Amino acid sequence: MENNLIVNVSPHISDKDSTTSIMRDVIIALMPAFAVSIYVFGIRAILVTLTSVLSCVISEYVFRKIAKRTNTIGDLSAVVTGIILAFNLPAAIPLWMVAIGGFVAIFLIKQLFGGIGDNFINPAIGARIVLFISFATAMTTWIVPFGYRSADIVTGATPLALFAEGGTALPSYTELFLGTIGGCLGETSAAALLLGGVYLVIRRVISPLVPVLFVGTVFVFTWALGYDPVYQILSGGLMLGAIFMATDYTTSPITTLGKVIFAIGCGFITTVIRAFGSYPEGVSFAIILMNIITPLIDRYTLTHPFGAVKVKPVKEGGNK
Amino acid sequence: MSRKLSGAHVAHHKNTSNMQPVPCNPKSTVTIPMSMHIGAPCKPLVKPADEVKVGQIIGDNPEAFICAPIHSSVSGKVKSIADFTMPNGSVTKAVIIESDGLFTVSDDVKPPVVNTKEDLIKAARDCGLVGLGGAGFPGHVKLNPKNPEAVDTLLINAAECEPFITVDNRECLDNSEDVLFAVRTIMKLLNLKKAAFGVERNKPDAIAHLTEATKNDDNIDVITLDAMYPQGAEKVLIYSATGRIVPEGKLPSDVGVIVFNVSSLGKLAKYIKTGMPLTAKNITVDGGAITNPQNLTVPIGTPISDIAEFCGGYKSEPRKIIMGGPMMGTAMKDDSFPIIKNTNAVLFFDSEQAKPRITSACIRCGRCIRTCPYSLMPVSFERAYERKDVDALNKLKINMCMECGCCEFICPANRKLVAHHKLSKQLVKKAQG
Repeated sequence: MENNLIVNVSPHISDKDSTTSIMRDVIIALMPAFAVSIYVFGIRAILVTLTSVLSCVISEYVFRKIAKRTNTIGDLSAVVTGIILAFNLPAAIPLWMVAIGGFVAIFLIKQLFGGIGDNFINPAIGARIVLFISFATAMTTWIVPFGYRSADIVTGATPLALFAEGGTALPSYTELFLGTIGGCLGETSAAALLLGGVYLVIRRVISPLVPVLFVGTVFVFTWALGYDPVYQILSGGLMLGAIFMATDYTTSPITTLGKVIFAIGCGFITTVIRAFGSYPEGVSFAIILMNIITPLIDRYTLTHPFGAVKVKPVKEGGNK
Repeated sequence: MSRKLSGAHVAHHKNTSNMQPVPCNPKSTVTIPMSMHIGAPCKPLVKPADEVKVGQIIGDNPEAFICAPIHSSVSGKVKSIADFTMPNGSVTKAVIIESDGLFTVSDDVKPPVVNTKEDLIKAARDCGLVGLGGAGFPGHVKLNPKNPEAVDTLLINAAECEPFITVDNRECLDNSEDVLFAVRTIMKLLNLKKAAFGVERNKPDAIAHLTEATKNDDNIDVITLDAMYPQGAEKVLIYSATGRIVPEGKLPSDVGVIVFNVSSLGKLAKYIKTGMPLTAKNITVDGGAITNPQNLTVPIGTPISDIAEFCGGYKSEPRKIIMGGPMMGTAMKDDSFPIIKNTNAVLFFDSEQAKPRITSACIRCGRCIRTCPYSLMPVSFERAYERKDVDALNKLKINMCMECGCCEFICPANRKLVAHHKLSKQLVKKAQG
């Protein structure tokens, strides 16, 4: 019999969510912080973000073209990487450096390792660190909030740098919370980032587990070390990192137990770098270090299947 | 109870829940495969040109314990006995009968005497009873557990968690008297302390009706379950209804439970009361391509094409014909396949419903793991299969996967997980030799 019937394996229905819809949700969740960055840093915020996104999307398009693979720019993940990378950069950074950052993130870190789902570290953080080491001055030149409103661009220090120097003119909690402070583009406003985080939790894109544990761990450890924990959790890239970067699917453990270990590890390393390191900020390094040990965490945090009979652990004979 | 098992929030599409099954008869022939159950196939007991009547035994395998006899669903003449390919690719014999349209009942059909447990087990076998929820496990085997003294509960599966299907809902509403007759008989003869119906919350009419019908039975409960696929999977149902966990590789009876689908009990009661074995099946017909979705009572062996015609034909070209529900049902290659004992639905999907989903790279979101009712790791199965790692598949418990499809349903990258699970199981089987 001649027919057009499709014969395939069940299930025959599917949930509506797709990779693209998830990435779209992340972009929506990043918008409040983007709005605050435009308010605080002016047109530079738009220029840096736009450059970063374009660089990421073009890098992805070009790589997939060269490698003769199906093009994946439609899944919007390169756009997400572009926005998050821009949020990790200071407003005054030259745009050509931003473009290099986008290339490093997508071409070197994401695509060379196989593209979406296969990169071993978060592309945006990897690129940030590359830029940080390559262009140390540009990456640490902070313009003061609302500097665009005066004729001369005035540079200033971030709250964490002020704190590390033992400065006295520290911003208030309110300023930290709302984001009218110096720092990277998207990291200044805890309020805007939290708003995006709540949206992602409601949309079930992320679970609150990782952000809450990450921030909570920093709070507890910095408190234990005698710092002002509220100041610590509201400043630097912690909210941005905890909500948008430590929750990256590909580079964080896949099971709940694994995520708990990952989040606490991130919080612990962040605190250690902030308290004892030579850098005032440690979120990026913390996340990237935990990204690297994620396969190891995954290996030892398998789920316990329902009703599974436990077998005696057999000693493994080394790596295969 | 420590935690609820996970699952998928599927859209229910219970469009036909208010429609009582109406009879739909084959136009000319029925094709009755000799393997409609888990276990040994039956051998045909009739020859071409034999006259048969409704309820007459036409296939059996008395030597095999796990086997259920097969009866003619029509009266007429045996046309041929031919090789027949089942949807899973296995080949069995099928008896093809030309119906005379009269449905003359065989003289063999007379009520059995059921006074003891042995009588009941024999009756279940003679009825040709198999699990009608979909698995097709012979009913008399369930009634004859290895540890009868430890079994205390009869669980009646009326969860009906697959979308579209409503025949178990109808069974609860239209045939509760027979179902309860079977429940009380089994409880009495097997000396069970209690029985419980497990019904999903999305069937309030069935819950209300069963609660009313059992109000004088202190030892029969009606349990409302969350409407969460796959609530009706045997081990999930047992856990949700009793809190007992059936360990890997064990049977429900190992934790003191016997589970029957509600429609299976209706059939058993009918056999005990009238002697009519399992020859017809209630099915739901639905999907965007069929003109009149409805519930039907169909003689076993009736081809899908006759059912489509009875339901007003196709209103648009069907792009997928599914026997069973959309989560675990089988896509058919054409509409000639017959209704068999454990068919509970035929769905005709139109081009919109059957739209192929494009698979993209896994983004490691972990939704498959969080959705798996058994907390297995579908993404890791797939990766282990790709590197043909049998040890990893065993360690990850591929054998426990029931192929419910939750992981693939939820996957944002539309990975073909269930197909991989099936291939993985074959790989493991092959490695074990």
